[in-house]
Amino acid sequence: MTEVEVKKAVRDALSNIAPEVDLDGIDPAKDLRDQIDIDSVDFLNFVIGLHKELNVEIPDADVSKLATLNGCVSYLRAKLDLA
Amino acid sequence: MPSLGADMQFGTVVDWRVKPGDTVKRGDVVALVETEKGVIEVEIFETGVIESLVVQPGQKVPVGATLAILSADGKKIEAPPAKPAVISTVPAAPVKETAAPVTIPIVPAVEPSVRLRVSPLARKRAQELGVDLPSIPGTGADGSITIADVERSAERVKPAAPAVSPAVGAAKGLDLSAMRRVIAAAMARSKREIPHYYLSTTIDMRRALDWLAAENTKRPVTQRLLYSALLIRAVALALRTTPELNGFWIDNGFKPADGIHIGVAISLRQGGLINPAIHDVDKKNLDEVMGNILDLVNRARTGHLRSSELSDGTITVTNLGEQGVESVFGVIYPPQVALVGFGKITERPVAANGMVGARPMIEATLAADHRVSDGHRGGRFLVAIDRLLQEPEKL
Repeated sequence: MTEVEVKKAVRDALSNIAPEVDLDGIDPAKDLRDQIDIDSVDFLNFVIGLHKELNVEIPDADVSKLATLNGCVSYLRAKLDLA
Repeated sequence: MPSLGADMQFGTVVDWRVKPGDTVKRGDVVALVETEKGVIEVEIFETGVIESLVVQPGQKVPVGATLAILSADGKKIEAPPAKPAVISTVPAAPVKETAAPVTIPIVPAVEPSVRLRVSPLARKRAQELGVDLPSIPGTGADGSITIADVERSAERVKPAAPAVSPAVGAAKGLDLSAMRRVIAAAMARSKREIPHYYLSTTIDMRRALDWLAAENTKRPVTQRLLYSALLIRAVALALRTTPELNGFWIDNGFKPADGIHIGVAISLRQGGLINPAIHDVDKKNLDEVMGNILDLVNRARTGHLRSSELSDGTITVTNLGEQGVESVFGVIYPPQVALVGFGKITERPVAANGMVGARPMIEATLAADHRVSDGHRGGRFLVAIDRLLQEPEKL
């Protein structure tokens, strides 16, 4: 899986929990919850979506690393051991 | 057309999921209906065979109007009858054209039906901007058309005059979208008719949060629990001790509910509020409740709630803690008779056994109908919730 595919998976998972949000307008370095009105249930659905799409287990202690889009991509790249 | 809310008056059939000749059973989703609260999946509560579809996609009809004919004998009907009958079960044989005629006029929809994947709000925005929906490429899930898609498309063309006149209150800066009108009517009715009383208590969440953290380290992500599941489950079990908070005020009297179906208040990012119900919460375990919460919120966001979820709630729970709210003084959603509110969990100094320490505390509030219950019973209910949350492993 390439980094492009990881980014697409992250965008798809985010789109599933916030279908009305324009993803192109999100700052990838800022906390998602500061930019989109999502709560803990939405965020858990997002994490579950990543897990299902990429088949990676995300421990509860690591969830905070997914706070930003950049954080998601970095974390998942490391999990998937991408170059 | 089912009533999916206290002040719902009309609904528009968006799509049928069945056709004449199909066999249906209780609980099957048979149609998609658009209301002020979004597109709802309508379930059928009878078993039989669809004889004919009375209302076509795009038609707007009042609550109570006949939508389709159902035959209860299981006999397949190969061709729909020339004239429609009523949705209530029709006697098996012979099929007479003496079934109750449609007594409620069918009002044509303002706009023709467009079988596109588009949310009601995006559709409304397209109307406001004069944009042709079929011409818009959808970028949402499964190619759905989002509000952003509509606005981008409008920027590329010269906007036409709005097809819909601005709402009356728009000049005053008020948002009078259809959903807000429904909410406004329901809340005004509530404040007008229901003599509210309010109680609050502060609950120590230390044991619950510690148990939750320990549980989640052992669980895969798909089985994680959120503290909101503990709150909802505690409310359901506490209601067993105070059934007068679980039911409806109808025809000048209290009707206790048959089950405990907790309405979960969900704020929509586009604006508005809905409270679909999780059924039989007292009979489910935490994993089932958590799964229901995730599923409900997901379907609320994507507009796939079912009619029974919007109409079956026996009490409402609203958790505004994540919005930074400490105390919730809710407005009961009629015809329910109570609403439970939870605020944010905050570290507070608490005295216990002669010592002061910092504990994570949450404020739980009860808004209840004084025609049905009084403060004594309401107080016992809040105490029961507190007691249940001190033993989270038993939830």
